[in-house]
This record gives sequence, C-alpha cells and structure tokens, in this order.
Amino acid sequence: MGAVRAWSPERAGEVIAEHAGVRGPLLPVLHALQEEFGYLHPDAVPLVAKALNLSRADVHGVITFYSDFRTQPPGRRTVAVCRGEACQSRGGRDLAAHAQQRLGVPFGATTPDGEVTLDQVFCLGLCSVAPAALVDGRVHGRLDAGALDSLVQP
Amino acid sequence: MTTVYVPGDSAARAVGADEVALALESEAALRGLPVTVVRNGSRGMHWLEPFVEVVTGDGRVGYGPVRPDDVAGLLEAGLLDGGEHPLRQGPVERIEWLAGQQRVTFARVGVVDPLSTSDYEAHGGLVGLRAALAMAPSDVVAAVTDSGLRGRGGAGFPAGIKWRTVADAPSSVKFVCANADEGDSGTFADRMLMEGDPFTLIEGMVIAAYAVGAGEGYVYIRSEYPDAVRTMRRAIGAAAAAGWLGADILGSGFSFDLQVRVGAGAYICGEETAMLDSIEGKRGMVRAKPPLPAIAGLFGRPTVINNVLTLATVPAVVAQGAEAYAASGVGRSRGTQVFQLAGNVARGGIVETAFGVSLAELVEGYGGGTASGRPVKAVQVGGPLGAYVPASAMDVAMGYEELAAIGAMLGHGGVVVFDDTADMGQQARFAMEFCAEESCGKCTPCRIGAVRGVEVIDRILVGPPERRADELVVLEDLCELMAEGSLCAMGGLTPNPVRSVIRHFPGELGAPLVAPAAPGETGTP
Ligand SMILES: Cc1cc2nc3c(=O)[nH]c(=O)nc-3n(C[C@H](O)[C@H](O)[C@H](O)COP(=O)(O)O)c2cc1C
Ligand code: SF4
Ligand code: FES
Repeated sequence: MGAVRAWSPERAGEVIAEHAGVRGPLLPVLHALQEEFGYLHPDAVPLVAKALNLSRADVHGVITFYSDFRTQPPGRRTVAVCRGEACQSRGGRDLAAHAQQRLGVPFGATTPDGEVTLDQVFCLGLCSVAPAALVDGRVHGRLDAGALDSLVQP
Repeated sequence: MTTVYVPGDSAARAVGADEVALALESEAALRGLPVTVVRNGSRGMHWLEPFVEVVTGDGRVGYGPVRPDDVAGLLEAGLLDGGEHPLRQGPVERIEWLAGQQRVTFARVGVVDPLSTSDYEAHGGLVGLRAALAMAPSDVVAAVTDSGLRGRGGAGFPAGIKWRTVADAPSSVKFVCANADEGDSGTFADRMLMEGDPFTLIEGMVIAAYAVGAGEGYVYIRSEYPDAVRTMRRAIGAAAAAGWLGADILGSGFSFDLQVRVGAGAYICGEETAMLDSIEGKRGMVRAKPPLPAIAGLFGRPTVINNVLTLATVPAVVAQGAEAYAASGVGRSRGTQVFQLAGNVARGGIVETAFGVSLAELVEGYGGGTASGRPVKAVQVGGPLGAYVPASAMDVAMGYEELAAIGAMLGHGGVVVFDDTADMGQQARFAMEFCAEESCGKCTPCRIGAVRGVEVIDRILVGPPERRADELVVLEDLCELMAEGSLCAMGGLTPNPVRSVIRHFPGELGAPLVAPAAPGETGTP
C-alpha cells in the first residue's frame, strides 16, 4: 500500500477530473480516489455524482456492490487471506481461522487499535503455491500460521 | 556478462523470487561477477519456484527451488557456468516435465523478457499479426473457425462463430474485450500469460479487432492481480510505442486502441454481460440474453468478448494455419489446453498439452500425486462451479464433451487436488456459501437459493441424524430449482459441486453417518 493522504475535497476534485475523460469512468474514478485516500469518504459520493452526471444513488449502489471499495479508512496494514478451494486443500481453512483468531477480528474488520484490516479474498491466482495471502498488497504463498504471523508482525 | 533469469511472476514472487533476485545481484557484485538479472515469466513448474535459469553455452540451465540463502553457495558452485549443485535441474528444455508438453499458447511464457519488444519478435512474435494483416478480414475469421478454437473461459463456444457475428453486425463502432477476470479458484493461466508474455494477448486482440472491424479494446483484469495489471499496462505502452497498437498498425492502415480496466472484487464480473456493465461503470449485473453481446455489447455496440487464453492462442493459430492447430486434440476439443494443476499436488503449475490427456495423467503423472503424500480423494475440475471428480473416475479424457459425459466440466482448465483428509460435506457447503457471497442478486433461485443451500447443508452436517434423509430431499429440490431457474451459470452450475459430493461421497453429505444404513438405503438419490 502506498502512503495515503487525508481526505481533501479539492484533491478529490483533481483526481476525479484526471479520470473522468474515459468511456465508463466510474470504476476508474473510484479506484483512483481509493488509492489516493485509502477509502471512499462519504463526501466523495456527491462529488463523483456531480462530476460524472450520475445520481448519488447510482454512485452509492456501485460502491456497495463491489467488495473492493471501502467506506471506512483501513488499518495501517492490510491482510487478505485466500478462502478459495485450492487454498482449502492445503490448510487454508485453518489459516483463515487462525488469522481471525490471532487478530481478534472477523473478515472485513479492522483491529480496534486501527493497526490491521483483515479481509477474505477468493483466489489470488497462487493456487499452485497455496495457501496464499496478500499482505500490504504483496503476494505470499506456501503459508502456514507461523509464516503469516511473522508477516503481520510490524 | 552472464544473463540470469529469475521469474517476476506472482507465484514466484509469492515464494521469494524478489529476495532471490536481490541476493543474486549483491552476491555476484561482492565476487566481482558480471551478471544481468532478467525477470522473466514462470515456466510453470511451480514446485521449483523460485526457479533460476542461467544462460550457458549449453543453453539455459535451471536451479530450483532457490532460497535467498542458497545464492552464495550456488555462485561458489559455479552457477554462472551451469555448475553442479543439489538444486541443479539441468538444461531447462530437456526437463522431462516440460519436454513432454506441447506449448503453443504458452510457448514464450517463462522464456522471454515479458516487456522486451525485441525479445518478442525474436521468439516468433508478430508472425500471426503480420499474416493476418495480409489477409482479408473475413479470411482471418474463417481461419479461426477452421482451427476449431473454442473459448477458454468456460463455455467452450467456437471463437470463429462469435467473431463472424460481430463482423457481420453493421456498426461504425465495435469493441474487443479480453476477459481477464479469472475468478475461478484453481486457475492462474490468464495471470501467468499477462505477466509472462503480455504482447501475445495484445497481438491476439489486434488480430480479433482487424477480423471484425473493431477500433477499441479493453482488457478487464481483476483487482486481485495487481502484478498483471501493472505488466499489462506497461506492455500496452511499449506496444503502442513500437507501432503495434494505435494508428496505422505495422503500416497496414488499420488502427486499434487498447486499455486496461480493473475489476473491483466481484466474481460475477467474469460473466461476460456483467463484465460489460462493470466496464460501463455500473454494478456488475448479468444481462438477459438476447441481445447477444456480439450484436449489442459494450455501450450497446457489437463486441467480441473472449477469454485471455482464447485471444492469446489466436496468433499461433494464424501463424501455423488452422489445419496445423486442429491436428491435435480429441473429439470436438481441438488444439491444446493450458491445464492448471493446483491445490494439494506435488508438482503444481502449468501443463499445456493436447486435449484428450486423462485426468489421471495430469494428477498422478505430471502432478506426481498429492503434496501431502496421502491418497487423492477428489479433484475439482473447472473452478468453483465444477464437480468434484472422485479418484476412481480419473481416467476421464480431458475434453469438453468427455467431461460433460461424467457430469463434470472443463471450465477454464483448473484442476484442484484434494487428499483423503478433505471434508467433502464442507466442500459442498462452501459451493453454496460462495454462490451466496458472489451472486449478483438479479434472480431469486440464485440469490435466495444459495443462502438456503448453506442452511440446509448445515442442518445435514450438524443437525439430528434422523432428519438427514428429509433434508437431503430439500437440498436436491433446491439444486433442481437453481439449475433450472437461474439466469446465468453462477446459480445454474453451483449445484454441480454439491451434487457431485452427494453422488460420489455419500457418506459425507448424503447417508446418515450415525445411524447404520439399512440395506439399499445408501443415501444416494
Ligand atoms: C459466473 C461466471 C463467471 C465467469 N467467469 C469468467 C472468467 O473469469 N473469465 C472468463 O474468461 N470467462 C468467464 N465466464 C465466461 C464468460 O461469461 C464468457 O463465456 C467468456 O468470457 C467468453 O469468452 P470465451 O468464448 O473465449 O471463453 C464466466 C461465466 C460465468 C457464468
Ligand atoms: S444466477 Fe445468480 S449471478 Fe446469475 S443472474 Fe441470477 S442472481 Fe445473478
Ligand atoms: S484458491 Fe487460493 S490462490 Fe487460488
């Protein structure tokens, strides 16, 4: 994950303008905003709607449909554990349970200290080096509980 | 200067290839050894990753799996001259596992520097495109039709027939979309091709565009593949700079622009019409057909949608000719398929070979059985919507019709192996859970049915044993409803894995586990 900025409507306006020119700009715009700020601030919805000539409901509907889009700031670190079948065949169920237990939060949540956001993912295309996870956007395979723990340690 | 290849493929990076590349550079510098490290794609021998190759007088010599702390010892052992070492696998082209394959779509993956245009041309790149541009567009469509090339995304629809429809549709604006959503667990060939040989996909898309008269294209890549997104974007930039994209491609007068679009974590966006909605900036909802996307697709225009592997095979089809491509295969499955061996398998990775190879040959032969060393119990073929094939049925030939005959499907070519510790009841439950999680919500049998499916299976697995027989009837009704009543294959095929468990592993979901079964009462419907 690159460094993210604090929410700024001015900066958001620039980011939107950079991506608004393509055909079907909504997803590229939302991705760019999330990359910039780490999440989609509630105030982004009316800004995007206005710039792209969409209703707020349209923008909101898209944000909630796709699991990638966050409406809350993520933790300082992000962990996404694969729950796909190939990973299951190599201990992925235990790894997924371990990650939740170790961090003390279910999938989709951030630890109370704001340190780590834990997500589930369905396949990372690393099925031949399973089980796999993304830690801070980096791929890791052939994991077990110990290896995951050492990746998540600061 | 010695060239050393260290894969930059995600599967290699996930097991330490970046660290190995760094160690190689620093250890070689310490010793004053002149080394150029090239980050190639992966050869697909993933149990040997990170797999390091050295260019020697005797061709490329491979070592693997290499850990960063092996590097110093490897250099001491004469790595740069292909020296002896316990990790030495020998000349790469002669490694039996690779030599036995027929690499067509994957011919350059792992061989070339993925972003080098000169390497691409030196290894047969652009031959197909040059040939196509010298032909009439309709002859290109005919060649693809005659080759028997079928869509690799799952449905196996003949590519040439789809192209013909788009070519014949009257419109000044047409599109070509590469479906790089690759959501099926157990599959990674699209990813590897985009990371290891992205120009081949671009070349295939330009040929498709020329054949149907399209001016713009999109590669829709799932967000779970950040490396593929990065490589594909760079490759498009390099191809445009080389005159392979943009205006007047290779001086032919034909123009085509291409861009990458990134998904946002929705499996259903692999379904082609949901993908179109997603590119258009909407929720990824499945559209009712007709109209076919070939007639009214992206932004309502005629659109070719093909899987990455389908498009990436086109250059080879045009270069070698339809007949040569159609010469291998089985039945109506012509040419080669890029099988992906995954899960609990000793030698996982890519096996590209002619259709018709048996599942046993893939799992036991190439795969070497399970990684755990325990007996194979089941193999899920074709992703999360595919059936679990029991070990006893692994003699099936891998072809579309051949698999369908045993209630299974090829899908995108994923082969996920499970050993005898697998809990098949839980696997059936997961199929429903996944569908509930990923359903687009447009139709009730899928949206509600999958949620009910999880509940029924839970009652079967942990509820009172005397209720199981009744719950099984409910589950079977639900499967029937989903299979018959769903708008798309998400809801329609989710019963596949569930029913395969009921049928082949009756003790784990079907028959009562506690009460001893009376004669004739096996729980198999
Ligand atoms: C739920 C669902 C998911 C799908 N996922 C993919 C996918 O990830 N990649 C893909 O190429 N096709 C996928 N398909 C198939 C596409 O709808 C479509 O058939 C395919 O992209 C056409 O290309 P092809 O003819 O080259 O296979 C999916 C279909 C369904 C119903
Ligand atoms: S079957 Fe499921 S995914 Fe397909 S259209 Fe219906 S609700 Fe959507
Ligand atoms: S199933 Fe986990 S990486 Fe594919």
